[in-house]
Amino acid sequence: MKAYPLVAGLIFATSAVAETPTLTVYAPDYFASEWGPGPGIETAFEERCGCDLVYKTGELLPRLLLEGEKTEADVAIGFNSDITKKARESGLFAPHGLDTSALTLPVDWSDDTFLPFNYAHTAFIYDNTKITEPLTSFDALLEAPDDLRLVIQDPRSSISGLALVLWVNHVYGDEAADAWAKLAPKIVTVTKGWSESYGMFTDGEADMVLSYTTSPAYHIIAEEDLTKSAAIFEEGHYFMVELAAKLAGTDNPDLADQFMAFILTEEFQSMIPTSNWSFPAALPKDAWPDGFQDLPVPEKVLFYSEDEAAAMRDEAIEAWRSALSQ
Amino acid sequence: MAQRAVAITTATLVAGMVLLPVAAVLWRGGGPGTLGPADWAALRFTLWQAAVSAGLSVALAVPVARALSRRSFPGRVALIALMGAPFILPVIVAILGLLAVFGGRGLINQIGAPLGLPRLDIYGYHGVIIAHVFFNLPLAVRLLLQGWQDIPAERFRLAASLGAPVWRVLEWPMLRRICPGAFTVIFVICLGSFAVALTLGGGPRATTVELAIYQAFRFDFDLGKAATLAALQLALGLAAGAFALRVAPKGGFGVGLDRQIDRWDGTGVAARLADSLWIALAAGFLLLPLLSVALAGLPGLAKMPPEVWAAAARSLALALGATALTLALALPLLTGAGETAALMGISVSGLVLGTGYFLLLQPVIRPGDAALPVTMLVNALMALPFVIRILRPGLEGARRDYARLAASLGLSGWHLWRIVYLPRLRRPLGFAAGLTAALSMGDLGVITLFADGDNATLPLQIYRLMGSYQMESARAAALLLLALSLGLFWVFDRGGRLHAAA
Amino acid sequence: MLQLERLRLVQGDFELSADITITAPITALLGPSGAGKSTLLNTIAGFTPPTAGRVIWRGEEITPRAPMERPVAMLFQDNNLFPHLDVTRNLALALTRGSPTREARDRTAEALARVGLPGYENRKPSELSGGQQSRVALARVLLQARPLMLLDEPFAALGPALKFEMLDLVAEVAAENGLQVIMVSHDPQDAARIANEAAVVADGAVTPPEPTAELMRSPPPSLASYLGIDGTP
Repeated sequence: MKAYPLVAGLIFATSAVAETPTLTVYAPDYFASEWGPGPGIETAFEERCGCDLVYKTGELLPRLLLEGEKTEADVAIGFNSDITKKARESGLFAPHGLDTSALTLPVDWSDDTFLPFNYAHTAFIYDNTKITEPLTSFDALLEAPDDLRLVIQDPRSSISGLALVLWVNHVYGDEAADAWAKLAPKIVTVTKGWSESYGMFTDGEADMVLSYTTSPAYHIIAEEDLTKSAAIFEEGHYFMVELAAKLAGTDNPDLADQFMAFILTEEFQSMIPTSNWSFPAALPKDAWPDGFQDLPVPEKVLFYSEDEAAAMRDEAIEAWRSALSQ
Repeated sequence: MAQRAVAITTATLVAGMVLLPVAAVLWRGGGPGTLGPADWAALRFTLWQAAVSAGLSVALAVPVARALSRRSFPGRVALIALMGAPFILPVIVAILGLLAVFGGRGLINQIGAPLGLPRLDIYGYHGVIIAHVFFNLPLAVRLLLQGWQDIPAERFRLAASLGAPVWRVLEWPMLRRICPGAFTVIFVICLGSFAVALTLGGGPRATTVELAIYQAFRFDFDLGKAATLAALQLALGLAAGAFALRVAPKGGFGVGLDRQIDRWDGTGVAARLADSLWIALAAGFLLLPLLSVALAGLPGLAKMPPEVWAAAARSLALALGATALTLALALPLLTGAGETAALMGISVSGLVLGTGYFLLLQPVIRPGDAALPVTMLVNALMALPFVIRILRPGLEGARRDYARLAASLGLSGWHLWRIVYLPRLRRPLGFAAGLTAALSMGDLGVITLFADGDNATLPLQIYRLMGSYQMESARAAALLLLALSLGLFWVFDRGGRLHAAA
Repeated sequence: MLQLERLRLVQGDFELSADITITAPITALLGPSGAGKSTLLNTIAGFTPPTAGRVIWRGEEITPRAPMERPVAMLFQDNNLFPHLDVTRNLALALTRGSPTREARDRTAEALARVGLPGYENRKPSELSGGQQSRVALARVLLQARPLMLLDEPFAALGPALKFEMLDLVAEVAAENGLQVIMVSHDPQDAARIANEAAVVADGAVTPPEPTAELMRSPPPSLASYLGIDGTP
């Protein structure tokens, strides 16, 4: 079998380094990929710690829960606040012991275990050359003509899709079902994940796509394309934060602590905007890159605690499902 | 008989390789989960769309394969190879390609709108069916085309000289033999549909069992439920396999002398016109979305990140490994029972299979280290049913026609395979190997569960690029994937045909 | 000398009994299609095991033996050659599993020359005419060098002239090599041409062989009705 030497080489290459201590960081696939923030963070941290930082990717929480106490992970990065309840209940994580007063989030944050490293707001992105009169409220979106083509993600398979149903719940409360009924005719389709939706939007198949307030920054900075904007709604936007945590059973507690502390440094934080394409969690606005400083952001930020999110998730998804199944 | 023992061993092995991981997930989840009304609704929809998609794919494949089998035109071979491409595209790429043609802003609406034609709205149940036919029609056409090629030329000559209706005496009996198997394989593929059904179905109406599994796994971490749903998929796949075994009559045609098929029927103008129309329709339906994938990829080709090339090399190695493994598993399994055992591999959710292997391997080896071998194994298990479906008729034919001659010459065991069966199976082997290689190239599969950053495959790299907003590079990588998959397919398929005519 | 001792063949509704001894150099099995001529031949060759009874060759029972271990070489109705192998490889399989040795090549060339096809070594079967394919198949049987040759209507697809030519050739090479021949035919003319004796397979039974000329002159009722004659000469 010709493939064998190559495969074997790949297997053994990853386990060759032995002398220097290794910090194993579990991260979502996008984070550790060549085009995510992972590689830059790895280089910067390895210079500080004299260690080897290794990413392991995959479905973050399911993988950790599968491995349980036996996990190799020292640190896990990339949780979303809407599903941390399950993570916390697993008892796999230890308090980070850091002073979080330097956080620059638009919401108060005082979690002793899960440390934010970036955030954004759920938002609808549109092409400002095609939609010249921006929608300024969720109500306006609901009342928009039905030929406005929206594409969203499925809350059962996508974290941004879940954020949307929580957003609708936050804005409309008991009338969420009616809101969905009004939105339904405009929703061209629902996709499994964010990439399918965003691809449909950039292909022109949809006028608006569910994404983040920070999405236009990629087009502005990387492509010098000023045509993509986020519609800012006066009712407020649902807040999405990504988190890191230290494993209680880590073999390298000192390195893990060092990495957690590194997250809050300016060096780490200043890498976030143009690699994660989101707002840094602990960096004053004047230190953000140009394209980010000018991004329109909502005045009002909506957010559910993990307990609230967990409690209303099933109901919110059901409201979405029954309205869109008509 | 030694051969029978080998078959039973391999069948048990394959069944074990599927059942063990599912059992592991079930065990880890603390027993079977309970299914709610939404799950049963998903099950009903899954069954319905799979049955309709498979039925339509096979029904449409009949006129197309018939037309392709009896017409010769320049580029016929290339067309047949190209038409196989949808089957091997990564889902996300295929969806965008389909929408570029059939979407709200797609080619058809762009041409139709100025002409005052009604708008085509692809999203809905019909969209799911169209997408599944797009994926599976090529496979059905190839399976049926093989059926036509297996009718010896002598029979056509005989039918012509007797003035017998070719459809009734030759084609219908062949279709009755081939179609149930083709239907089953496609039905089982469609059982596992998720992203395609959801996106083209236009929303949660088009919820499949696979989505429920994903949700149970990813958000609820309810492994018991995930495994229960996977077991349900498995049962459906096996039921479909048993059905095909019962329905398909045994036997077939005697052997011909491998001459190219010359036919004496269908020479009328109407028949020629109908054949041309079918070929043109199928080619347009299958090739336009591919063309759009190719065109979308061209601009980004020049500045493709180097990591994409590394991933491409890894995917190539993976594909070749999976091909070798699949053929090694397939050859002993070319029996009815073996075919049913093999159906298990594709029936069951790749996610559950991957999770099961994760659980099984975890105590022994770091899962990340096993990412590529496990992906290879799962790819092989998934390709096995197609490969067996492709090879079985050929082997049965070779047995029927040459077993006595071989026995009177004292050929048995390895000599029998080397001298008689493998050469007789050359054409289907090439096709099967090409299909496996291409399928394995395009499969995102379980690598997402295990990947450790530096062992990404090409499809995974495409998803990563898209996840990082790099749509242009992602499209270019998709074009590379398409080209490599087709290239692999072509090399194997061609290898099987070269010199096989004489 | 081949004895079929209280042989019974049962396959579903089909039943055939035979209790005969075949001694003539060339014996024809005559009868309507479906009577079981080919099945009987398959039993002699070892492809179809009998339900009861014994097959005895020169005093030795061969009933349990595999086809390869019997003194039998057979020409089938079709599929006598592997289409993917050239003539030499096809013929050499009678001598060796591996690639043909020098000696095997010499012997195949010799056999080919004997059946009137010198220089056809490198052709594929599909490049040969029907008659030429029959000749190659006959050459293969010669190379197998078994004392008993079975013919299951191998020349049925040939035209009458070609068929008689082939039958004559069979008779010739059988005589040269001292082979006993049993041939199946539904056409009495075939039998009349080369068979010394003939037996009738009909109505579930096989009649003892008798000289072909005599059988034709006064056919038993089963043969007569098959031939469409009323039994009077």
